[in-house]
Amino acid sequence: MKKLNLLLTALLLLGAVLVSNTYAQERKGPPKGDRKGPPSGGAHSPEQTKTLEEIGGYKIGDVATDFSLKNVDGKMVSLSSIKNAKGYIVVFTCNECPFAKMYEDRLIALHKAYAKKGYSVIAINPNSPENEAEGYAAMQKRAKEKGFTFPYLVDEGQKIYPQYGAVRTPHVFLLDKERKVQYIGTIDDNAKSAKDVKVKFLEDAINALQKGEKPNPNFTKAIGCPVKPIGK
Amino acid sequence: MKIKLYLTVLLSTFNGLFYSPNISAQVAAEPVNQDIRVYNFDELEPLLYTNSSKTYIVNFWAMWCGPCIMEMPYFQEYVNQHPEVELLFVSLDFPKDIEKKLKPFLKKKGITAKVVLLDDADANHWIDEIDPNWSGALPFTIIFNNTNRTYHERSFESLEELEIEIHKTIN
Repeated sequence: MKKLNLLLTALLLLGAVLVSNTYAQERKGPPKGDRKGPPSGGAHSPEQTKTLEEIGGYKIGDVATDFSLKNVDGKMVSLSSIKNAKGYIVVFTCNECPFAKMYEDRLIALHKAYAKKGYSVIAINPNSPENEAEGYAAMQKRAKEKGFTFPYLVDEGQKIYPQYGAVRTPHVFLLDKERKVQYIGTIDDNAKSAKDVKVKFLEDAINALQKGEKPNPNFTKAIGCPVKPIGK
Repeated sequence: MKIKLYLTVLLSTFNGLFYSPNISAQVAAEPVNQDIRVYNFDELEPLLYTNSSKTYIVNFWAMWCGPCIMEMPYFQEYVNQHPEVELLFVSLDFPKDIEKKLKPFLKKKGITAKVVLLDDADANHWIDEIDPNWSGALPFTIIFNNTNRTYHERSFESLEELEIEIHKTIN
């Protein structure tokens, strides 16, 4: 009797081990207690098809190019045409991207608050006008609908956005008076809900410049719509 | 009496073992993506790693991303031909659009691979957690198993391009 009992217990344990093994193999994810992030280096270090550096564009401290681009009012706008500028909030944005749209009201508010302090918003649409929804007429319509008080420029021939290194919309480049890039990234930490924003990265960066300090952080990331080059 | 209990437990244990493949087969036969789960980054992260030698493809996309939509059929086609490969589409669409937009979209496009939705506001944090080299632009793809791993911030222009990258990653 006892022997049988023991045997059954052993079998049961074996069964339990088998089951837990099955689960262990199906379980995805790193073992508990391990560092959760991407594996660091080693023989099988991750490869990247195109790194941020290969995408190119400005790094913090680079002097950004000026440009002369057509505004939705038909006039040409360049950075040097903005009077009494202490800096420039260059934003690559567009008509259709939901993330760009979610930030339109916040851009209007930023321009209202900071243009008089010498920091104007200059919006540039980097997308190919081959897509009618991103074309000049559609931009004029959008600017009117939303009541943009800042320039909304066409990146004619898509020559400016690759120099800056804009890869998504919206993508912000904050320049100082000398057009040196002081901050690259996102406007704040919550695209979907302005009222739930905890960190206003761009505003913090502008405030730092006003105090003669370096923005910290000076580089942030966000999900955005990919910029569409011509022919894509 | 005791023996009976042991036997019952034992039987159900083995039942569980032997029947589990059938159960999962039944689940797989059900219509896919009826229930699209919404995850934050902490919930998603375990799905980006594996302990198995099986090949996984995780693709970050959204309905509003043109290049993403262009490449989706290549991923679906690849796993249709290679059912041993696990494909996961991580949608960055809005949770409110799941029923009226996302589900009809997937149906129309013939996407049968699993889709989950990532809804986590602090992208500046989790983009770097996934890959410090990722700018945040979509589409973005991770190909991996338990030893190899590659990141692709690009869209695949053909099934062949995708096959080449998978082959390069895994072999």
